[in-house]
Amino acid sequence: MRRIFFFLLLTCISYMVVAQDDIYPAKEYKGLLFITNGTVHVGNGQVLENTTIEVNNGKIMRLGQNLPVPQDDVKVFNAAGKHVYPGLILPLSDIGLKEIGSGVRGSNDYRELGDINPNIRSLVAYNTASAMINILKSNGILLANTVPQGGIISGSSSVVQLDAWNWEDAAYLADGGIHINIPSFATVRTAPAAAQQDANKAALEKTEGIKSFFRQAKAYLAEESHAEVNLKFEAVKGLFEKKQKLFAHADRIKQILIAVDIAKEFGFELVIAGGSESWQIASLLKENNVSVILNAEHNLPATEDEDIDQPFKTPALLQNAGVLFALNDHASNTRYRNLPFNAGTAAAYGLSREEALSAITLNAAKILGIAGKTGSIEAGKDANIIISEGDILDMKSSVVTHAFIQGRQVRLENKQTQLNERYLHKYGLK
Amino acid sequence: MKTFLCAGFFFLVVSASFAQKTFPVNGVADERSDTYFFTNATIVKDAGTTLNNASLLVQKGKIIAVGNSITTPKNAISIDCKGKYITPSFIDIYSDYGITPPQRSGVPFSYSAPAQFDSDTKGAFGWNQAIRSETEAVKIFKTDKEKAELFRNIGFGTTLTHQKDGIARGTGVVVTLADARENLVIVKERASAHYSFSKGTSTQSYPGSLMGSIALLRQNYIDAAWYKNNPAAEGVNLSLKAWNENQSLPQIFEANDKWGDVRADRIGDEFGVQYIIKGGGNEYQRINEIKATKAAFILPVNYPQAMDVEDPNDARYVSLNDLKHWELAPANPAVFEKAGIPFCLTPADLTDPKQFLVNIRKAIQNGLSESKALEALTQTPATLLSVYDQVGSLEPGKLANFLISSGPVFKDKTIIYQNWVQGQQYNVANEEWNEIKGVYQVSIRTAGNSSLSFPLEVQSASSARITDKDTLQTKFSFNGKTLSLSFAPGKHSTSVIRLSGIVSGGQWSGNGEDTTGARVMWSAAFVKALPSKTARDSGNTILPSAKITYPFGSYGWDALPQPQALLFKNATVWTSDAAGKLENTDVLIKDGKIAQVGKNLLDAKATVIDATGKHITAGIIDEHSHIATASINEGAQSVTSEVRIADNLNPDDINIYRQLSGGVTSSHILHGSANTIGGQTQLIKLRWGADDEGLKFKNWDPFIKFALGENVKRTTAAANNRFPDTRMGVEEVLMDAFQRATDYEKAIKRAEAGSKGKKGSAVSPWNTVRRDLELDALVEIMNKKRFITCHSYVQSEITYTMRVAEKFGFRVNTFTHILEGYKVADKMKEHGANVSTFSDWFGYKMEVADAIAYNAAIMQRMGLNVCINSDDAEMARRLNQEAAKVIKYGGVTEEQALNMVTINPAKALHIDDRTGSIKVGKDADLVLWSDHPLSIYAQAEKTMVDGIVYFDRQRDLQLRKAIAAERNRLIQKMVSEKKSGNAVAPFKASNYETLSCDEHE
Repeated sequence: MRRIFFFLLLTCISYMVVAQDDIYPAKEYKGLLFITNGTVHVGNGQVLENTTIEVNNGKIMRLGQNLPVPQDDVKVFNAAGKHVYPGLILPLSDIGLKEIGSGVRGSNDYRELGDINPNIRSLVAYNTASAMINILKSNGILLANTVPQGGIISGSSSVVQLDAWNWEDAAYLADGGIHINIPSFATVRTAPAAAQQDANKAALEKTEGIKSFFRQAKAYLAEESHAEVNLKFEAVKGLFEKKQKLFAHADRIKQILIAVDIAKEFGFELVIAGGSESWQIASLLKENNVSVILNAEHNLPATEDEDIDQPFKTPALLQNAGVLFALNDHASNTRYRNLPFNAGTAAAYGLSREEALSAITLNAAKILGIAGKTGSIEAGKDANIIISEGDILDMKSSVVTHAFIQGRQVRLENKQTQLNERYLHKYGLK
Repeated sequence: MKTFLCAGFFFLVVSASFAQKTFPVNGVADERSDTYFFTNATIVKDAGTTLNNASLLVQKGKIIAVGNSITTPKNAISIDCKGKYITPSFIDIYSDYGITPPQRSGVPFSYSAPAQFDSDTKGAFGWNQAIRSETEAVKIFKTDKEKAELFRNIGFGTTLTHQKDGIARGTGVVVTLADARENLVIVKERASAHYSFSKGTSTQSYPGSLMGSIALLRQNYIDAAWYKNNPAAEGVNLSLKAWNENQSLPQIFEANDKWGDVRADRIGDEFGVQYIIKGGGNEYQRINEIKATKAAFILPVNYPQAMDVEDPNDARYVSLNDLKHWELAPANPAVFEKAGIPFCLTPADLTDPKQFLVNIRKAIQNGLSESKALEALTQTPATLLSVYDQVGSLEPGKLANFLISSGPVFKDKTIIYQNWVQGQQYNVANEEWNEIKGVYQVSIRTAGNSSLSFPLEVQSASSARITDKDTLQTKFSFNGKTLSLSFAPGKHSTSVIRLSGIVSGGQWSGNGEDTTGARVMWSAAFVKALPSKTARDSGNTILPSAKITYPFGSYGWDALPQPQALLFKNATVWTSDAAGKLENTDVLIKDGKIAQVGKNLLDAKATVIDATGKHITAGIIDEHSHIATASINEGAQSVTSEVRIADNLNPDDINIYRQLSGGVTSSHILHGSANTIGGQTQLIKLRWGADDEGLKFKNWDPFIKFALGENVKRTTAAANNRFPDTRMGVEEVLMDAFQRATDYEKAIKRAEAGSKGKKGSAVSPWNTVRRDLELDALVEIMNKKRFITCHSYVQSEITYTMRVAEKFGFRVNTFTHILEGYKVADKMKEHGANVSTFSDWFGYKMEVADAIAYNAAIMQRMGLNVCINSDDAEMARRLNQEAAKVIKYGGVTEEQALNMVTINPAKALHIDDRTGSIKVGKDADLVLWSDHPLSIYAQAEKTMVDGIVYFDRQRDLQLRKAIAAERNRLIQKMVSEKKSGNAVAPFKASNYETLSCDEHE
């Protein structure tokens, strides 16, 4: 039996390396793997105490108390006293597309020119060498939806797993979402009242433009054959076939209603991305089967008068209305690393901790269309699992010690842990 | 004597009587004495004196006599004013009548555009384009007939006009609104000097912020005083020369907002100037602070219009602040009257000046007395401008500027017939002069001599109706002399009878055509007066019920809260002190201080709060914040140590309240990071509801913000032309600044020594040395009287900044942000700096490529005093959680982590003797937490500053309900405004902004 003492290994590696280039993606692991006696947070609301997870060939085989662990060539991780969670899923990100947002144009590949770009694919530009990726992984984020921006129809997003050599390796679900930006009906607050009227008109015109595109696409796709192939129309075929979802980026009520209107006309499956005002029309969203990704918990209220904790309690309001929602962590200064704490805040303001966990695991998987493969620790799913010292939603105890993607134990060092080691060494603090 | 009914006369050429000797006449001389005698009038001589059945004699534009027993002069045109009122014409003290509004050349300000360092003004003027003290309105003023008529029609006869452009705007001129040549309408050539915070059309980059405007004004007072000695180094500076010449005039400051008023007054206080302040209409919200300025005020009456808020998704974006202001704004003048603050009223700021009297009447409905309103439009402005000997009341010798009206001038239905200016008649509603109201019998004779007869009810010069069997559709217009009348002779008639005629001595007659087009003649005679209607009950007006709260917007207090004696029982007390964490412990606070910490405390007077299972910590101190301020960056120059955040605090910022809800009790408000040597900072306590002085942390060591790296070299501005553009240059900006400051200090010392030698006692050095506010602050740094908090990221710049400081004999007090601090922790320790960092920021720009979340922990282990700061209005309310991340990243203890947001920042800010830990005798700046204070699940239940509970989660829940109810009441009121047919403005969201480090105005 090969029992691996994880932190010992980690320490050794840390001493050896000083640059991130040495943090290799993990090799495929064919074989049995056990995570034993942990407190397993399934992701669907259940918590299983003192439970062992059996993994084979990267898939979760079964869970149970006192599962027999064979004494031969298997990997065993003792999670007694620790918390075991599904790998966290980041539902909206520019990971691998945007390295340094401000002042380094060459490091940015997230925004294409043009208004109607459904054929733009984030996946092909996804940079597995981005220094951000390992930092997210070390906080338990194992999968991310990487999303193109810009224009009115931005392109398609893909879900990637965060331990890959190249984008083809990384692809977890290719082109699962088509992203559109619902035009804004609001102007900047300092604009004169007349500008407000113009903004309304312009927004409605743009909306008509979106609809017109989809009407033409529908007509085109109904043709038996095409004299000239239109790449833009071809790119949204999956929407009409319900193999893709429409991600409408919208925060204000009017924008959300417009998105619902578009989805209804074409029968698309709709996800509202952003959704800061979604709580005000939660029942309507529920009736229309619309799911929501709340972009950022840690936001100020939208107006001076609004309840001071409105963004914190928005998830609870959606939960109570039965809306399927996930949480994101959009904060340009911390680059998504605080995803679990967004959920923690939601738990402090009305969600149960397990509901909050679902909002960054199983719910996200459902919304992204990968719930058949991941999002919870259940038999048959990929072994995308993390182990934490304590409650992962609370920063004072959220220390991820192990992470597995499809059963591969991935490394949790990153540029920051390495620089830490380097300077502890300089100062003789080790 | 000939008696004329004045009504029929229109003076087409009024300038004839104002003959000017030097101006050649094209034609025949036409000198007139223009003597008029107004009799039988009710004459309002001034706001306090009304004469009944009195007469007024005017000649050549001036008042000769006014009273009850004036002998009728022979050469006068007599005008019978029976039943009419004569009131002094109004004086507008804040117009730009006859002065072309300046146009801004060039593009609007853009942070990324190249900077303009020099003034565009041609001539030997000062360095800054926004200082235009050389402008003299009397030299650029031109009579404007259309504007004059517009303002005469709302009652004005005289105005103080100036060019509304720039921070110093030069002088104003008092002119009448007569249609005469410029030379003859001037009452006072140089009557006032004008100032504002707005640089107007100036294209120069500096100042780029409110605090920059204030600094520029302050420096100009100093420079102008220095210029009096004609320093050779300055050469000729006409702006400073004019500035000095203007000082003896009344000084008028356009501040436009309650806090702006207070800021302006403070500048005046510093330089011995009492400004007359042009307010913004929201002064009633802080009338005590306004009164304390001791200033006279100029108040606009441009009350906000009701908005279209029927769509709830729009209405959501209108703030309670704006809704309440909409309701209360018309009460502003009444609040001034009640407080005994002198004020003038002005139509300035009204988009439609025709609304002026309507809005004055609204002010009167809201409690302003009519006599005060008149005083505010006559005597007060005249006295402030020292022209009361010429205008503002009806006294012999004064200009004959007066209104003739149908009743007291501010009464609802009063009609102003005429506005006489400099003894010349201008008609306002002259057609109404002769009472035409009444019931008449109209007789129409056709060619065939058949006749028709109808009764006609005339309501006014533009409204009448035929009331035969039915009320018939009638069109009527009377211009004072001739009239036209058309109506359909029967209810179902589609054709009309059209009549035209003249009124002569009470008789109406004329011609016309009947429905067939046949000619008719007609006449009409007065039958009887209109049946009198019951006057509309003006007492019906519903007075506003919005409350003045502190602050005025949402979550404010009805009355400012007071310190309480509170005894917290059985809490877990995190002392942030040597005592460590104490379980099951009581904390007693009294008189704003921590009175006792221990077990089983008792106090008969204190309110006992059971804190079992709860936690108490010291209040959180945010070392790096940008809340509660009106501007953040003065980025126009690389060194702006003259600007001060304290000059533009904004006590109404809702983020103060929100951060209290996260346990913050003190915040260090910093200048932004737009330039290497930024502005002076201000430490505040979050005393929600206090004014700006009340927010300030008293007796603290003053600080200043420095910044290094990408922001100050303007990395994101593609066309940067502001030195420096590299880190190499940043270091030289520091070297240069402190070298200049060193030389400056030496020069001051030399000057002091020199003057001592001659006269034996110290004399101000400022006669020979130009006092420089920028260098003053740098000298303070070198003398350890002011301390630096330095925005910094990478190790090279951190190191060179320490070396520059060491060269000039001081230390950098705090490195803030300091994301590469871990690389030079040993050097900073040796230098003696404090450090203040983000817990986990990274990856947002090149200079944070090596930012690591372990930074705080490494620096802590290296013995540095480490703070965790926010630099973010949202994150500041979760600083306890940010501190907790240092446990996750780097493994510090819980108590060490909590100290990073309590006692450590207190030490870095030199206030650890008063706050930052729980120790008897310290300020009671405390937080009661629902849970472990480093847990994400903890909520601040009560946050206390100086023993006052400024945030209470239970109270917050009640406030939410009250806010919702009050919003609904006001929105319903606005909607009903629209329903009742009043004009409403299109919807517009309220301004609501949270400033951040890289904010530019």
